[in-house]
Amino acid sequence: MVDRDPERCIECQVCVNQCSFDVHYYDAEDDEVRSHEENCVGCHRCAVFCPTQALTIRRNPLDYRENYNWRPEAIEDVIKQAETGGVLLTGMGNDKGYRIYWDHLVLNASQVTNPSIDPLREPMELTTWLGRKPDRVELAPDSIDLKTELSPQVKLEIPVMFSAMSYGAVSLNVHESLARAATEAGTLWNTGEGGLHPRLYQYGANTIVQVASGRFGVHPEYLNIARAVEIKIGQGAKPGIGGHLPGEKVSREVSLTRMIPQGTDALSPAPHHDIYSIEDLAQLIYALKEATNYQKPILVKIAAVHNSAAIASGMVRAGADIIVLDGLRGSTGAAPKIIRDNVGIPIELALASVDSRLRQEGIRNQASVVIAGGIRTSGDVTKAIALGADAVYIATSALIALGCHVCQQCHTGKCAWGICTTDPALTKRVNPEIGARRLTNLLHSWSLEIKDMLGGMGINAVESLRGNRLHLRAVGLTDTELEILGVKMAGS
Amino acid sequence: MYNINQVNNPHHDDKLIEACSLFGMMDTTGRRFSGRDIVRAIANMHVRGNGLGGGFAVYGLYPEYDDAYAFHVMYLSQEGRVNTEAFLKQKFYLLHAEDVPTQPIPAIVNPPSVWRYFLEADSQKCDGQSPDDYVVDRVMEINASIKDAFVFSSGKNMAVFKGVGYPEDIASYFCLTQYEGYLWVAHGRFPTNTPGWWGGAHPFNILDWTVVHNGEISSYGINQRRLEEFGYPCTMHTDTEVIAYAVDLLMRKHHLPVEIMAKVLAPPFWSNIERRPPDEQNLLRTLRQVYGSLMLNGPFTTVIAHHGEMIGFTDRIRLRPLTVGVKGSMLYLSSEEAAIRLICPDLDRAWIPMGGEPIVGRLGRSNIQC
Ligand code: SF4
Ligand code: SF4
Repeated sequence: MVDRDPERCIECQVCVNQCSFDVHYYDAEDDEVRSHEENCVGCHRCAVFCPTQALTIRRNPLDYRENYNWRPEAIEDVIKQAETGGVLLTGMGNDKGYRIYWDHLVLNASQVTNPSIDPLREPMELTTWLGRKPDRVELAPDSIDLKTELSPQVKLEIPVMFSAMSYGAVSLNVHESLARAATEAGTLWNTGEGGLHPRLYQYGANTIVQVASGRFGVHPEYLNIARAVEIKIGQGAKPGIGGHLPGEKVSREVSLTRMIPQGTDALSPAPHHDIYSIEDLAQLIYALKEATNYQKPILVKIAAVHNSAAIASGMVRAGADIIVLDGLRGSTGAAPKIIRDNVGIPIELALASVDSRLRQEGIRNQASVVIAGGIRTSGDVTKAIALGADAVYIATSALIALGCHVCQQCHTGKCAWGICTTDPALTKRVNPEIGARRLTNLLHSWSLEIKDMLGGMGINAVESLRGNRLHLRAVGLTDTELEILGVKMAGS
Repeated sequence: MYNINQVNNPHHDDKLIEACSLFGMMDTTGRRFSGRDIVRAIANMHVRGNGLGGGFAVYGLYPEYDDAYAFHVMYLSQEGRVNTEAFLKQKFYLLHAEDVPTQPIPAIVNPPSVWRYFLEADSQKCDGQSPDDYVVDRVMEINASIKDAFVFSSGKNMAVFKGVGYPEDIASYFCLTQYEGYLWVAHGRFPTNTPGWWGGAHPFNILDWTVVHNGEISSYGINQRRLEEFGYPCTMHTDTEVIAYAVDLLMRKHHLPVEIMAKVLAPPFWSNIERRPPDEQNLLRTLRQVYGSLMLNGPFTTVIAHHGEMIGFTDRIRLRPLTVGVKGSMLYLSSEEAAIRLICPDLDRAWIPMGGEPIVGRLGRSNIQC
């Protein structure tokens, strides 16, 4: 509901121009700015930009009769489907009340028997190397000459990377903001499946390029310019289904980068049509390794699903150097609502079981584990590392740093914050210079916070926390949950 | 089944938390000397322990049986001894067995009996395993499955004497001034969450490796998980056990020299690595990348000994003390400098090493490497 305080409104029409959902309009006859409140998505663009703070956006109090089963969302979805006969689309991540395990895990701190370490006075290391590692180092006999040669490793200054968001789903300015911030902060960003605009080739050393089922924008230069290549099998927001970029979003530039005709729908099939089993995955991994002369680690990303542990073990054996698990709360530019809200498992459980399984099989060192899907704070990052992750991907938090207010309208192409859109009038709302600075700030503040937490635990290098579940305790979980997480109850 | 964990860690804590004093001394010419001085030195650090554990390791102890595995085994009952001896006779060739001589003193209450055995194992007994691996497995078997028996030490020409009490009391109880060795290590313990039992005192031993340690490793959780992947179940829940297994893995199984092993357990900072020449950089980087989960984090000082070698180092930022003293061919490592000065007032040199920097004393090498 849009509340406009007439005492404050000066009819400047900023809100009219800012709103991409046609909520505000100017009535010339009455010389008054009015609202079509039914269009409001709650993105706050107008409220933030109104010069006189005349606007308040509130939840619409028009309630249905109370019903725990038939909540407004369920009723409205049925109505929409009755009108359109189609699949309901949505944006962003699962917004349902599934248990967020991060909020049931707490971290440890040193008291008396060992000292905490002060990051302001002592070095504190977050440096993380992603890639396949052997179980031992070999030296030439009777010397300290190194015989072991590692397969390619990627260095991260902070174990947080920007997750895949394709050009087309987000704007070029967003891509550029991410690329510049990753370069500055010493981490990686990910192109998503829509190719890489040539303007951004200069950031290749900090870029992960994605190869997805649609193969959009994949060519030798694209692969070789990157630091690492990611095969996308699945996405947490829509496990088991492909992608769909509507033709309206396929502008000239997007079409060039994706290598498809302008204005055509970009459809990624649900499976890779050359991967129907694990040995096919191995072939694609090695095809990409061949194409990049064994210079780049290959990531394989799956959505977290019931058998993640077994699948992950197969992926490691198939040659993946880094495995990526994208959880139930992972976001999307567009996905069928029913899939986003009902398919997949929480990332915390997937991570714990994958890390445990790889260790049981003695192959955990052979691949790094990266997780994605709903990481909100440096606390979540730190807990993820303690559970067993080498690094995490963030996307929604990065977009929030760029202005996103999580209004879940990404699929409409009308993002009022100029993020999830290719409309030039809107995309210019993100300035890559400012965007990069805000993202770098975010990573910087998280790295300070992670260092504080590490120091508190008496640890001065992140590898001593990785998989160190003794530094976690749980609050309010069942025995089965504790067992899967491999964490003890607080107090025990 | 005899549950070590139940005795050792009755509260089921993540691990045992303790602080301590440690002392090591070695004559790098191999000259053997008695335990008199080390007992005085460790007694000088009395207040660093709380009487819940003291122990010694002695190398060059049994020259008459220098090629046999010397087992020191503790028994809580006659039955434990009968079963263990039957087991040993079946699995090894028994050269000699005897009760370890003791001298009852008021400070030592209710001691278990301790016996020593000199054992040999040939390829027929070992059934395809290397003798060392075979011995490790049999020791684990005794500790895990024979009731009321616990192996203190199992190396050749060396032994561990330990128990519940202050180290100087343990020394009088086992009459340590009557033994001679070229390398001695001592430990006084201050545990906080274990009642203290004889097997849980330090040094911790596996084959001829002994480890004493002062500290609390905050990386314990991941160290232990990583070692389990390599087939070392950590049943004692102590940092010392984790260090011992890591050393065994790195040096015996992965054939890394002692200085490299120290770089795995207490690696230099990345910023420091980047300043080294390219080859060294590459080596140190690879070690950290591959063995990151074995890095020991948090405060510790450790002294690790095996035949012919004694090595001491602290954590990377030296959160626990270590002082080195050198006099001629003698090398001293101690929690406190005063303890060294007490037994050797005219040291050639005494210093505090940098965090993570290993101090190595090696038989036959007169200059101490540092
Ligand atoms: S932006 Fe604010 S002041 Fe301007 S027209 Fe809208 S409500 Fe009125
Ligand atoms: S990206 Fe834009 S459309 Fe999507 S949730 Fe954020 S503000 Fe809304």
